[in-house]
This record gives sequence, C-alpha cells and structure tokens, in this order.
Amino acid sequence: QHTLEGNRDHTAVIHICLSIYLDRYFQTLYSSLTVVVLVHLSSDVDVIDCSVPQYNNRLDTPLPDVPFVRNLSAEQKKLKEKEKGSWTQLTKEEKLALYRLTHELSYAEMRQGSKEWMTVLGGIFIFLGFTGLLVWWQRVYVYGDVPHTLSEESVAQQTQRMIDMRVNPVHGFSHKWDYEKKQWK
Amino acid sequence: MSLPKPAMRGLLAKRLRFHLPIAFGLSIIAAVAFKFTVTEPRKQAYADFYKHYDSMKEFSAMREAGVFESVRPTGK
Repeated sequence: QHTLEGNRDHTAVIHICLSIYLDRYFQTLYSSLTVVVLVHLSSDVDVIDCSVPQYNNRLDTPLPDVPFVRNLSAEQKKLKEKEKGSWTQLTKEEKLALYRLTHELSYAEMRQGSKEWMTVLGGIFIFLGFTGLLVWWQRVYVYGDVPHTLSEESVAQQTQRMIDMRVNPVHGFSHKWDYEKKQWK
Repeated sequence: MSLPKPAMRGLLAKRLRFHLPIAFGLSIIAAVAFKFTVTEPRKQAYADFYKHYDSMKEFSAMREAGVFESVRPTGK
C-alpha cells in the first residue's frame, strides 16, 4: 500500500511538471500572438479582466465579491474610517453613502424592470408586417394558378358527392343535410 | 426586534395536505363533467341514429347517387 501511494505521487508530480513546461511553452506562443490582437483591441473597447473577482448586481448574491466603488476619494476614505467605530454614530445619509459605496443597485432597483418589452413587441410586429408584405408579393408574383378543383363548380360537385356518400351522418356533415327536402337544415 | 421563529419543517407536507384534496377533487369533477356533457350525449346520439336506421334503404339511395364502384345505379 505504501509503495502504491508513492507511485501515485510520483506520477502526479510528473504530470504537474509536464503541464507547467507545456504551459510555459504555449504561453510564449500565445503572448506573441495576443500582442498583435491586443494592439487592435485597446483602441476600441474596454477589456474587462475576467481573471479577478468582479462586482455583480444579482438577486441571489446579496454580498458580491468586491465592493462597487474600488477607488475611494478622500472623504469616502474618512467615512470608511468612521465605519470602523460604533455604527450608532453614523447618520442616515452616511449609512446610505456607505451602502452605495459597496452596492450599485438596491434590490428594489434590481427588480424594477423597464419598458423595453414595448420596444421588443413593436419590433416584432414591424417585422411580421414586413414579412406579410413579402408573402403577399410572393403569392401574387411567384405562385402559379390554384388547382381547378377549388373552383365553385368543382366544390359544389364535391359537396354533392359527400352528401351522397353519407359522410358523418350521426354528428357531422351529412347530419346537417335534410335528405327529404334536399337542403341544409 | 423579536420575530416569531418561522416554520422550519413539514412545509411540503403542509402544502400537500392543502393542495392534494383540491387537485383530486377538481380532476374528478372534470372527469364527471366530461362524461355527462360529452360521452353520454354522444352515446345517445348514436343510439338514436341507429334505432330507426334502414341500411338497405340507405344503400339503395347511395347506389342511385352513383358513389359505389362495385354496383352501378339500377338504370344501366
């Protein structure tokens, strides 16, 4: 049992060394490539560093990983010093200021919602309408003629045949036809 | 502030004790209503239709109308 544990540790160490070696090798490759990419990116966008903890406004995380305001001004620093003492000494405005230092939005503000759905719905309807126009054009200019069996005369012949065949005589089609008077009930 | 301790256990049991009888009751009502509004009238309609159904008369009428391929109308 002792030797097995030792072997496992050795293989683990070998794996770690190999991964570190490969990591270093690929890092040099990767960094040389990213230099090219980053030069272009930094002129356009603020890149968020996703490797450090970030602030978030979420209903299920009341205490995010970092406070909202990282770089405190002089008077904010003074307030933080006052916070280290007894909280009964803090005024209401100071308590609110401390809250806004650590949180961006309150729960009520997070739950607020917006009127965006009206814009979304409006956009949907606009595009549906435009699609309707396209479909209409297609019906007029692309589709050929409708089959002759949809003409009035043909439909009348079909209906007569259905009545003759006694289609659905209990509840449905032929039930509504009066066979004595030869008309619809 | 001294709030009363909230219920910590038996929450699902309490919910089930309230909702299950209602669920069963409503389902049974739905089934009974369907039986007496749909299936019974349907059975009655079929019974009435076939009570005075003369199959030979209907067959002759259909034959004269010319819908069959196995028998032609009596004219020809």
